[in-house]
Amino acid sequence: MRAIGMVLAGGNSRRIKELTKNRAVAALPIAGNFRSIDFALSSMTNSHVQNVAVFTQYNSRSITEHLSSSKWWNFGRKQGGLTIFTPSITDDNNLWFRGTADAMYQNLSFLKNSHEPYVIIASGDCLYKVDYGKILEYHIEKQSDITVVIKDLPAGFKADRYGCVKLDENGRITDFEQKPLIAPSNTVSCGIYILRRRHLIELIEECAEDDRHDFVSDILVRYRDIKAIYGYKLDTYWSNIASLDDYYKANMDFLKYEVRSFFMEEYPVIYTKADDLPPAKINAGSHVKNSLIASGSIINGTVEDSLIFKKSFIGNNCYIKNSIILNDVYIADNSHLENCIVESHSTIHGDYYHKCEQGIDVVVEYGDRFII
Amino acid sequence: MVKKEMIAMLLAGGQGSRLGVLTTRMAKPAVPFGGRYRIIDFPLSNCINSGIDTVGVLTQYQPLRLNTHIGIGIPWDLDRNIGGVTILPPFERNINTDWYTGTANAIYQNIEYMESFNPDYVLILSGDHIYKMDYEVMLDFHKKKGAAVTLAVMPVPFEEASRFGIVVTDDAKQITEFQEKPENPSSNLASMGIYIFSWKILREALMANSDRPNLDFGKHVIPYCYEKQQKIFAYEFNSYWKDVGTLYSYWEANMELIDIIPEFNLYEEYWKIYTESQVVPPTYVGNDAYVERAIVGERTGIYGRIYGSVLGCDVRVGAGTEIYDSIIMNGARIGRNCHLERAIVAEDAVIGDNVRLGTGDERDNDTRPDIYNHGLVTVGERSRVPDGVGIGKNSVVAGDCSSDDFPNGMLSPGSTLIKGGDRR
Repeated sequence: MRAIGMVLAGGNSRRIKELTKNRAVAALPIAGNFRSIDFALSSMTNSHVQNVAVFTQYNSRSITEHLSSSKWWNFGRKQGGLTIFTPSITDDNNLWFRGTADAMYQNLSFLKNSHEPYVIIASGDCLYKVDYGKILEYHIEKQSDITVVIKDLPAGFKADRYGCVKLDENGRITDFEQKPLIAPSNTVSCGIYILRRRHLIELIEECAEDDRHDFVSDILVRYRDIKAIYGYKLDTYWSNIASLDDYYKANMDFLKYEVRSFFMEEYPVIYTKADDLPPAKINAGSHVKNSLIASGSIINGTVEDSLIFKKSFIGNNCYIKNSIILNDVYIADNSHLENCIVESHSTIHGDYYHKCEQGIDVVVEYGDRFII
Repeated sequence: MVKKEMIAMLLAGGQGSRLGVLTTRMAKPAVPFGGRYRIIDFPLSNCINSGIDTVGVLTQYQPLRLNTHIGIGIPWDLDRNIGGVTILPPFERNINTDWYTGTANAIYQNIEYMESFNPDYVLILSGDHIYKMDYEVMLDFHKKKGAAVTLAVMPVPFEEASRFGIVVTDDAKQITEFQEKPENPSSNLASMGIYIFSWKILREALMANSDRPNLDFGKHVIPYCYEKQQKIFAYEFNSYWKDVGTLYSYWEANMELIDIIPEFNLYEEYWKIYTESQVVPPTYVGNDAYVERAIVGERTGIYGRIYGSVLGCDVRVGAGTEIYDSIIMNGARIGRNCHLERAIVAEDAVIGDNVRLGTGDERDNDTRPDIYNHGLVTVGERSRVPDGVGIGKNSVVAGDCSSDDFPNGMLSPGSTLIKGGDRR
């Protein structure tokens, strides 16, 4: 592959509430076994991008723990590999990453010392599967300065979380608005960009001179009229996790066969850190319907239209409905949870009742747990 | 100079013919177990959990599956700069090229491998038991006793003792007598086929007996050491240990995992069992499905009803199907409206719609009643069972079968239907 990869995983989102208290958005657990960053990283490795950098800042520990070894994504080669960039104090800088462009500027040597002619920039908080090679082909064919992956969202979506674009008939982006209050179109940027490495270095250096720090608003939006920016339309699954609602919906999407099959069965699939957990165990008295059960879990109660993540325990006579039970949760007997997301490592004592009447509640309960 | 205190040699070359069609195309240690594991995962995980980072795996019979499973040992953390896991197949040499003719002969042929690590002790393991054991504790025992050889033994019921190699010990656990499958056992301590040798003793014994045909640890090497009046000790092991050498014991060991708190608990944190698995996504249980008492591997899709069964990874169970007391291995596809009872469906087999497995009365298998018994129905790896047929108890089916192979849509109990070829 003639490109290096950069995954932007530094962000926080207050709209995800308690779930990002201790983790970055890119480290949010997805679909039982995955984390959101797995999707960008797997697309990188599946597209044979060998040299990948991950930029992380907010709650970076959650990311570095997940990326404990690069071999889960088949990186860790002599040629290339996976590098994690967290803000660091250097001789001439003692600032945090002030934005995505600043993060790249502070690590410009990574870009300068690479020899691949192109750079793929991807965000770590979107769920998708794409062959970056195809986007690169498109980029070269269009003689584009910057190519932005875009997707048509259904009418009536809330645009204020996305970058909205307008295209001409050639696919060139004529208008780019970041998080507009009223959407000018229903085509949004997916947070995946391709451009020439030399070109990116120039742009970032110019940006830094002007004391500007954000890749989207200070480069894409600012330069949209003088650079040839093209949109590459994605027609497969894509979702962005920008709010608790998004997070819940994206997880629930995995109860659909098409979504599971697209990510988990159609080659190449999404990879994640290996956990070596025993298979899921479903005991007598359980009633599981339309649910996903991850490995290491033990189910004794009723689970409907829900996702049970790794290593969770559901006690006798429990009723779990429309809920997401994250990793290593212990729910004791006779508990009732409806429309909830239960935070990882929670311990819920017996006879607990929580039904969220409107929307989704995050349940965080750290009770005592007795380990057998 | 490279120095490893103890290295392990894992004998994984045997066929395990008593597992019937399950070992047609793979050695017994590669047979799947407990949903997502293979039998060899247990001794390999024991090694790394006991702090042994150098393991030679001796292969001979159908090694492909073992080779791909073990690879460079990543899942067990056995990818090491020095040591790690090494697959040791028989090889050609200047003179006396031979297959591995016996357990000890296989070790003898790899003396050079062992010597390269300059070990003090060598642990000999076999790849066909399900257990968790800390070999380091056994080594401590070996050192404390100043033993030349230590055998791991476990107490068995006296009435079963005549099926095992029995050792008789004195109060200090030194072995005073060996009895091979004795009619009137004077002890109930059975040898588990796990040995620690002090390297010099092992080396000398192998060299001295190198010309013996079918050189075997139990039959030749241990008796030789005994005759030489070496100190041989018995290390008593009192935990779960299951020989899965026969089809029935294999089925039984799988079924035991389903118990509410199984005697052999895979869910303990401190002694993890590792395995190679490319498959991680969760299992989906459908809207009209029902699952009760089951262990289910990753990425399996269940649309039918499951009772008391072990399912591997990537299994599909169609709507309306009922499965009782069965083992369904990785990648198997079970159609709609089937009824399976005490079935063992091997990897990537395809069962059509409306198939009944394990019907009718019990009758002895016509070719191998010693293998296919206890009412089990076995379907071999990559086989196809066509729509709408029934297969009786104690039967075995393997290969790409069509409805022509089932007169009146039925295979009577105790039948053997082994065809060539994979399903297309």
